[in-house]
Amino acid sequence: MKLGSFFYNIVYCSKIFHKRDEDMEFDTITAISTPMGEGAIAIVRLSGDEALAIADRVYRGPGGKLLSEVNSHTIHYGNLIDPKTQKVVEEVMVTVMRGPKTFTREDVVEINCHGGLVSVNRVLQLVLANGARLAEPGEFTKRAFLNGRIDLSQAEAVMDLIRAKTDRAMNVALGQMEGRLSKLIRELRQEILETLAHVEVNIDYPEYDDVEEMTHGIFMQRAAHVKSELERLLRTSEQGKILREGLSTVIIGRPNVGKSSLLNSLVHENKAIVTDIPGTTRDVIEEYVNVRGVPLRLLDTAGIRETEDIVERIGVERSRAVLKDADLILLVLNNSDELTVEDEQLFQITEGMDVIVIINKMDLPSKIDIDKVKDLAKNRSIVTTSLLEDQGVDELEEAISSLFFAGSLEAGDMTYVSNSRHIALISQALTAITDAMEAIEAGTPIDLVQIDFTRTWELLGEIIGDSVHESLIDQLFSQFCLGK
Amino acid sequence: MPYDAGTYDVIVVGAGHAGVEAGLSAARIGAKTLMLTINLDMVAFMPCNPSVGGPAKGIVVREIDALGGEMGKNIDKTHIQMRMLNTGKGPAVRALRAQADKFLYQQEMKKTIENEENLDLVQGLVERLIIEDGMCKGVITQTGAAYYSKTVVITTGTFLRGEIILGELKYSSGPNNQQPSIKLSEHLEELGFDLVRFKTGTPPRVHSETIDYSKTEIQPGDDVPRAFSYETTKFITDQLPCWLTYTSEITHQIIDDNLHRSPMYSGMIKGTGPRYCPSIEDKVVRFHDKPRHQIFLEPEGRNTHEVYVQGLSTSLPEDVQKQVLASIPGLENVQMMRAGYAIEYDSVVPTQLWPTLETKKVPNLYTAGQINGTSGYEEAAGQGLMAGINAGLKALNKEELILSRSDAYIGVLIDDLVTKGTNEPYRLLTSRAEYRLLLRHDNADLRLTEKGYEIGMIKEERYSKFLEKKAAIESELERLKSIFIKPTAEVQELIVSKGGSELKDGIRASDLLKRPEMGYEHIQQLVPADFEIASDVSEQVEIQIKYEGYIEKSLQQVEKLKKMENKKIPENIDYDAISGLATEARQKLKEVRPLSVAQASRISGVNPADTSILLVYLEQGKIARISQ
Repeated sequence: MKLGSFFYNIVYCSKIFHKRDEDMEFDTITAISTPMGEGAIAIVRLSGDEALAIADRVYRGPGGKLLSEVNSHTIHYGNLIDPKTQKVVEEVMVTVMRGPKTFTREDVVEINCHGGLVSVNRVLQLVLANGARLAEPGEFTKRAFLNGRIDLSQAEAVMDLIRAKTDRAMNVALGQMEGRLSKLIRELRQEILETLAHVEVNIDYPEYDDVEEMTHGIFMQRAAHVKSELERLLRTSEQGKILREGLSTVIIGRPNVGKSSLLNSLVHENKAIVTDIPGTTRDVIEEYVNVRGVPLRLLDTAGIRETEDIVERIGVERSRAVLKDADLILLVLNNSDELTVEDEQLFQITEGMDVIVIINKMDLPSKIDIDKVKDLAKNRSIVTTSLLEDQGVDELEEAISSLFFAGSLEAGDMTYVSNSRHIALISQALTAITDAMEAIEAGTPIDLVQIDFTRTWELLGEIIGDSVHESLIDQLFSQFCLGK
Repeated sequence: MPYDAGTYDVIVVGAGHAGVEAGLSAARIGAKTLMLTINLDMVAFMPCNPSVGGPAKGIVVREIDALGGEMGKNIDKTHIQMRMLNTGKGPAVRALRAQADKFLYQQEMKKTIENEENLDLVQGLVERLIIEDGMCKGVITQTGAAYYSKTVVITTGTFLRGEIILGELKYSSGPNNQQPSIKLSEHLEELGFDLVRFKTGTPPRVHSETIDYSKTEIQPGDDVPRAFSYETTKFITDQLPCWLTYTSEITHQIIDDNLHRSPMYSGMIKGTGPRYCPSIEDKVVRFHDKPRHQIFLEPEGRNTHEVYVQGLSTSLPEDVQKQVLASIPGLENVQMMRAGYAIEYDSVVPTQLWPTLETKKVPNLYTAGQINGTSGYEEAAGQGLMAGINAGLKALNKEELILSRSDAYIGVLIDDLVTKGTNEPYRLLTSRAEYRLLLRHDNADLRLTEKGYEIGMIKEERYSKFLEKKAAIESELERLKSIFIKPTAEVQELIVSKGGSELKDGIRASDLLKRPEMGYEHIQQLVPADFEIASDVSEQVEIQIKYEGYIEKSLQQVEKLKKMENKKIPENIDYDAISGLATEARQKLKEVRPLSVAQASRISGVNPADTSILLVYLEQGKIARISQ
């Protein structure tokens, strides 16, 4: 099991996108620096000139203590708050280490928070939203090297590390290019680009009378629309779902195979995740559990409790459609029964999905054809349990977390990886567009408002790995008939 | 057999807008300079529109002036009209544009060149370069004159294997039926340069007395006197207007009907034309649903009736051009004096140049202007200036001057060319400058005059005036930042009368000036300075205070850029020895051979991981050297 791989993905994913060169060196970078999942505590590390200032923006210590004023190499209890809402995000311990006696020789702040993806990512996003940049592949090591912390013999290794991680991240990124989020982002960017081109035409071709002058009023309307789209994106983006709500998980199986017991033991064994996300009042009842750091959102738990089979209840086609949106399916079989047509049907409708097969009721005499199950399961994990006797639950949890952290859970995993970046970038884009709107309010000249509007466009471009400036000029000449 | 015709420090081939700046700047920094041109009567000739400046381009002219170049002064002396554009927008995008008297412009420039010390202007068609040990040592003309020099600047514009295309007619020619330069182009190919074929065009000219101006709209110059040069003190007040009319549906019908006779669409023209300067046939085809296009009628000078028909660039056959003109309101009975035409020419792929505009292949050889794939007089002049400066500095064994993207539009222009290349004739646009708020019309001197002085382009007298201005700006800024304005009745009244809300408390003068409704003159009224503040000083103070927040943000970005620019890449770096570079990046780096990590990161195909690897590699080399 590669516990570390997920962490790498988070860190390395950022790198291919962006970065306009001027941002590259010695700004403040951040990443989750502990392997994800297992630990009770996770660490988010910040390094760079602004590390303390950024930490102070989100940290509220007892008696209003400022981290920029504490002694080096000390640890401090406190809360992280979101400066925008003033709400407490996490309870944390923060270690302050001033350069040069640190790994990178820069100021380093380590935020220790509760382990588990949800908390640690909340913390990561908070620091990203407050001025830090997600580290590139091998960037902490690169800085350590560039700042003279690592000797010459290691330089080659640093370069190899950057290359290797980059290639891996590139594959992940390419995977993300498809999909709904990127489509949304592209549409929004195109809309912004048209406005930008409009302003540029006004500037570069002031006598061109075919296009109305971009007024503060029109600009405000466009900016407001972009802003509401960004807010919507942040709220409802499919990709954002997992971060906030966990991997959507469905338990399926014929009646009376032990779905309800499985649900109960997952819920029982694991502390339910507290969530304030709207959506829990939907028809489909959901429960949140944290399995070894992997947040699971168990769907349709009402249905399961009624010990009814999903297929039976809503039909094959619809259940397949419902299941398609799930990140993980737990398919439960009964060891003490022979495989039925319904069982085989379940394998059929979950074809190509991420499935863990659970053979339950191992305490009873076996009638099931294990070889046939293996055949049907193809390469997917099979776990045997006796939920009644509390046997095999550990193995099941192990299977879930290894599937997740080893990257086998492609869709969920990768979507998840991209989330921290996406959400941070979308929030930054929101800030930029809000700045633009404030500037419009204040009557700032359009070409200056354009700066924040352009920034919004660039930030969204970083999400989909596209920040080429030339496209503005292309847009200019395709949208307007210009020339002498 | 060539004969020895003389020895110089710098030779400039060509006397168009790039050539004249190159010749003058080399001479001004103290290099003995020769300018050779095919035809002495065509110095600084404007083969296309008789105008100088406009957004981005106008700022280039200011930059040329701030560095001690000539274009700004010359147009100040010879324009027929001047306008400040974008006055309703922010200070960063304001720009001057002048209509030139194209004949006076030439005469004035030629006179300046003739009067310049250290500079010889001679007629001659250069056919070959003198190359010794792989380095450029001079030029040989058609008549067998061999001129020797330490450096050579080629500014041949559209003359290299130029071909004029007019309808079905195509013939070898430079612009305006000048003699083309064919052998030099072949010679450059022999030397191993990559050349590409570009295309540009010009509209017909018509007789002013045959225009019915009553059907057009007048476009006058500004009432306020304007000038490009910081040194201009005499202003032209007697201005001539331009006129605006439009194409009609009939125009578009005529073009549609005759497209088969257009060399653009018959395949006769192969060169790539600029998108921002499309021909009228191109506009009609690409934007077919647009009912009309603007046409500006621009006088070519005070002593001529020729009028330039801006917006009607075309290579349609002559008879079609006449029909097109007649279909335009105001031009029904117009007499066409010259037909428009397209011209194809060779240009050098600009990634073959260092940022000094010296070629990588042949040391001591520089190219500037349209030969580098640009378009526009101002873009040419900006490059000519820099190539002349650098060719001169090199000839004098001095350190070269490279302007950064945060110094000047000229820096943006040259960096774009040598780093990214161009696949169409390149025009400057304000959107190409990422620090456009810093690269303003008003502060060109503050950005560049110091540099001009250091290399000898700016003389003592001008420099000390500049220092005075700079000191005055600083002291006035200081004053407004330290002085408090109390909420007295007088103050409140003024603020309210300007549409602002009353002060609750005392406020720093500079903070009050930041309010959108307040101008410098209001602050001056409330807290007058002890002595008179010159208008160029108060303009700076107002801009710097009002837009402080945005300027500050830009400066922070520039700070980061500088860090990367300071990470130099040695010229002899072996990219094959750097493990981990992606193949495409390695190939591009070997081609462009960037001078700094900042430049490397701007090459398309070099991604941030490659930049990181390059940084680590460079750092490794540094450590290795220290430990040796």
